[in-house]
Amino acid sequence: MTLFVAKKNGGVFILLEVRFHGRGGQGVVTSADVLAVAAFKEGFYTLSFPTFGAEKRGTPVASFLRISDKPVVLRDEIYEPDYVVILDPTVMESVNVVSGLKDGGFVVANYPREKELEDKLGVKVFAINATKLAMEYLGRPITNTVMVGAFAGITGIVKLDTLKETIMEWFSKKGEEIAKKNADLVENAYKTLEKRRDEVKKLGLKMPFEVKV
Amino acid sequence: MMKVVRGFYAVAYSVKLCRPDVICAYPITPQSEIVENIAQMYANGELGNCEYITAESEFGAASILVGASATGARTYTATCSQGLILMSEVLWNAAGMRLPIVLTIANRSLSAPLSIWNDHQDSMAMRDAGIIQMYVENNQEVHDMMPQAFKIAENHKVMLPMMVCMDGYKLTHAYEPVDLLNQEMVDEFLPPYDPPVKMTTKDPYTFGSYATPASYMEFRAAVYNAMERSKKIIEDVYKEWAEVSGRNWGGHIVAENCEDADVCVMAMGSLVGLVREVVKELRGEGKKVGFIKIRTFRPFPAEEIAKAVDNCQKIIVFERSLSMGSDAPVTLDVKSAIHKKAIDVYSPVVGLGGRDVPHKLVKSTIEEVIENKAKPGTYFKGLKDYEEVIV
Repeated sequence: MTLFVAKKNGGVFILLEVRFHGRGGQGVVTSADVLAVAAFKEGFYTLSFPTFGAEKRGTPVASFLRISDKPVVLRDEIYEPDYVVILDPTVMESVNVVSGLKDGGFVVANYPREKELEDKLGVKVFAINATKLAMEYLGRPITNTVMVGAFAGITGIVKLDTLKETIMEWFSKKGEEIAKKNADLVENAYKTLEKRRDEVKKLGLKMPFEVKV
Repeated sequence: MMKVVRGFYAVAYSVKLCRPDVICAYPITPQSEIVENIAQMYANGELGNCEYITAESEFGAASILVGASATGARTYTATCSQGLILMSEVLWNAAGMRLPIVLTIANRSLSAPLSIWNDHQDSMAMRDAGIIQMYVENNQEVHDMMPQAFKIAENHKVMLPMMVCMDGYKLTHAYEPVDLLNQEMVDEFLPPYDPPVKMTTKDPYTFGSYATPASYMEFRAAVYNAMERSKKIIEDVYKEWAEVSGRNWGGHIVAENCEDADVCVMAMGSLVGLVREVVKELRGEGKKVGFIKIRTFRPFPAEEIAKAVDNCQKIIVFERSLSMGSDAPVTLDVKSAIHKKAIDVYSPVVGLGGRDVPHKLVKSTIEEVIENKAKPGTYFKGLKDYEEVIV
């Protein structure tokens, strides 16, 4: 199995790079972290880390996720991501969220109107109204769980069961009820976007785990 | 057991396994979650008889540990940046009093201007204090280093404080797989602290008392000698760790492909992985480049470095801090180590105050030196166009 991002460097290996954008307090950092834990459970080496302006809620935040079949040694920020995940559409006003996005890559965004955002960004967007879903399930506009589910759903980067298990563990400190709500929310988002995987191929975009014969 | 954990936890969990007697700290970004994790373990009753004391400041925290260490307790704290330099008066004392306090430094820049982000200026400011300093490249290494730090610091031939330096954010905030140690193994590796001298209320001692010109110099010479002796002890402990853990992080330095290299590139801390990778790429392109990871910074491994760079013509030192009015700190020591050799030293200063050091920047910086497009000496890389206003 090789990835479209496979790089030749003394042998073929996988290095998948994902960048997350949003604002402080929305769980941008947690998004990358949850996926780092989940992908590790499926046998990959992972690394996630954040960057932010001030330690204040509301300021633009980015976090980075690398997934590889070798230990991850690169710790610089991700300038040419394979995928971009946007948790808060308003961050696009001050940050060029699609900067360096690789050919064949795409955006998964919290946005109510997909076409409108595609026109704005000039790349393929898979949109989900994460704020609405989060309010429905959690009663709070914390969009990370939805976006993690949506991203994993469209890319298949981790299995739904693995992701739900990770979410349950992650939120266990906050109580069974909250953990369950987040797991349900992840499932909803995952399944919603999973149905659209065909579109990725039709549009000539790249999936992370394309088997090459 | 391999688990994806955050850097903070990798440190806290390892410190717990070292069975410290007294932990005292004051929170400061990006260190805070190390002691928050430890405080949680303490609250959960996981730290045995350990005392966890929340101090009113870093000055207080270090002072409490000086007292605790003098009574024979195994002592630990974590700090960085302004917190570290607020501790500095006390830490110089701890070194002079020969108290083996172990610290984790979550490296962060110094004010002004205020920055919470990573570079090495804070620990470099403590360079001459008589504190052993080593730098880690990832969270497995910092996890592995904590038991080793206690063993080195508490060795009777050493008896000095030790700082394990990890890059703030790049490591502290990173989730990555770490093979977590177990208690049995750490217990076997690290015996309880056996203080050569300890004070009790019935058997009081004075530590760090007034020394007149008739005796001060001998005390300072003794600290100097202890630091010199520590070179061998550190190396032995690194080796022993490789045997018992199966993870060999190398000696004071790790030299790769230096034998036939024209250019040797040096880095310290979390930049190591990237620089090593770029050097490999350049090797793949046929360039005669070697890489040296500096692990121990104090005592400085001058002989090891001189030996490793014996066949090269140029050295590049990626610097993460400055010494205003001179070359950057690591460069000063590297130059001193090779003073009899005709080697040009290039010192690109990168990533101050958390500015990211991208792959491209590292590669072009090395290529410029290979292609004779850079001048030896200290220079900044990754600076924006800026205008310095002189009024």
